[in-house]
Amino acid sequence: MKHVGLGLVLISMTACSRTEIAPETSIPQNELQSGYAFLTAETQALQDDAFENPGFLWVDRGERLFQSVASTEPSCLTCHENGLDGVAASFPKLDPETGELINLEGRINACRTRHQGLPPLAYESEDLLSLTAYIAHQSNGDPISVDVSGDAAPYYELGLDYFITRRGQFNLSCQQCHTENWGKQLRGDTISQGHGNGFPAYRLEWQSLGSLQRRLRDCDTGVRAEPLPYGDPTYVAVELFLAARAQGLEAESPAVRR
Amino acid sequence: MRLVQLIGALVLASCTEPQSRLVTPAQIVGDAIPSPLTETAGSVPAGLSVFTDRETGHCVLCHQVAGLATEFQGNVGPDLSDVAARLSAGQIRLRIADYQIVRPGTLMPSYYRNHDLYQVAEAFQDDPVLSAQEVEDLVAYLSSLRIEDDDG
Ligand code: HEC
Ligand code: HEC
Repeated sequence: MKHVGLGLVLISMTACSRTEIAPETSIPQNELQSGYAFLTAETQALQDDAFENPGFLWVDRGERLFQSVASTEPSCLTCHENGLDGVAASFPKLDPETGELINLEGRINACRTRHQGLPPLAYESEDLLSLTAYIAHQSNGDPISVDVSGDAAPYYELGLDYFITRRGQFNLSCQQCHTENWGKQLRGDTISQGHGNGFPAYRLEWQSLGSLQRRLRDCDTGVRAEPLPYGDPTYVAVELFLAARAQGLEAESPAVRR
Repeated sequence: MRLVQLIGALVLASCTEPQSRLVTPAQIVGDAIPSPLTETAGSVPAGLSVFTDRETGHCVLCHQVAGLATEFQGNVGPDLSDVAARLSAGQIRLRIADYQIVRPGTLMPSYYRNHDLYQVAEAFQDDPVLSAQEVEDLVAYLSSLRIEDDDG
């Protein structure tokens, strides 16, 4: 965390100023709405129908991977025989072993390297998406609930900072679209409140399931900013900030999105 | 020393800091840029295509103009159907070039600016979003927009 803090100070000391938009980032609890609320009726129906929702292909595949045994190592099921109900709704969280913030993908990879003698899976690989989807789906309907106190607080601040900072050739912040202009039209897209509660989600544009970080990279690319690499600690911190901002909203992965 | 170099590299990587500004303070009068940015006068049809074309201005992402054939025009920004009745050419020019000069918090992107930007993707670091001529074409097009009076 120290390094990240130092980096921020350095960047903000330079002549090239990063403009932050006043942090009225929170949306009142009674106005919180999932991205689902901004979809067309047809897309909502596609998400609601477990037989039609393409995201369930990954959930089913994840279930098989969860149970399968690689060589002599334990399967995920060996350690989690009662499943992982509600667990995904509390991610990202601090990894007790390293003290660093990890998201669900990071936790899955930590289990692989520490307990299964397996290499970590790459972001957006079919296996990682499948396992993430299977675990995330077990939190469906549970309220998002992350801890941002204590050692998690600096990560929250980092995520907040990313959210309110203008970037890219279009010089826009997440905040400007998702807090100040949700409900309005960007051509055919209705801007939602920008919550991560549906992820991993099946995007029609991707023709695939994708992680929340893939969505963040798309938003950064949309303002012609250089997206961060997959797994970048700053994106994990943004995930934490987004979850805290969506506190109480129900998790709904695998969602279907445009 | 090594650390200093590293920091320098980081700073360069994350900022675009050109030698001179595309729009200088001397060009700005109040909330307008009264003089055109180019010698060649703007063209209304060219401006119309910059306004709608996804590869150039794509202003319809956020704005609407009544009677335009483009479907799904956005409404994040104000309706521009009669913008010429409200704003002079110079005011329109400043709002397209760099409205953030006069309204720092505005959502309206700056299309003719390359100073003080942050984390710009490599492919876009050298040039502003639009050329000076494209801005002039847009000014010509928008300056032609007035809602026709029913009686007249
Ligand atoms: C220029 C406007 C704009 C900016 C800036 C922007 N987004 Fe988005 N974002 C969109 C649009 C449009 C969508 C797709 C429709 C929707 O769900 O809002 C979207 C989708 C999302 C979603 C998925 C929501 C869902 O329910 O599927 C998340 C999460 C998100 N954005 C977060 C961010 C974050 C974090 C940033 C900054 C790093 C950001 N956005 C910057 C316009 C923007
Ligand atoms: C990301 C959304 C967005 C895009 C894209 C965008 N605008 Fe805007 N525009 C706005 C907003 C929001 C305002 C109102 C700004 C304010 O009042 O602070 C605005 C204001 C304006 C105004 C002043 C209108 C008035 O009545 O005061 C003009 C002129 C304008 N835009 C032209 C353009 C042109 C030309 C383009 C494309 C080259 C464009 N805009 C692209 C969001 C956008």
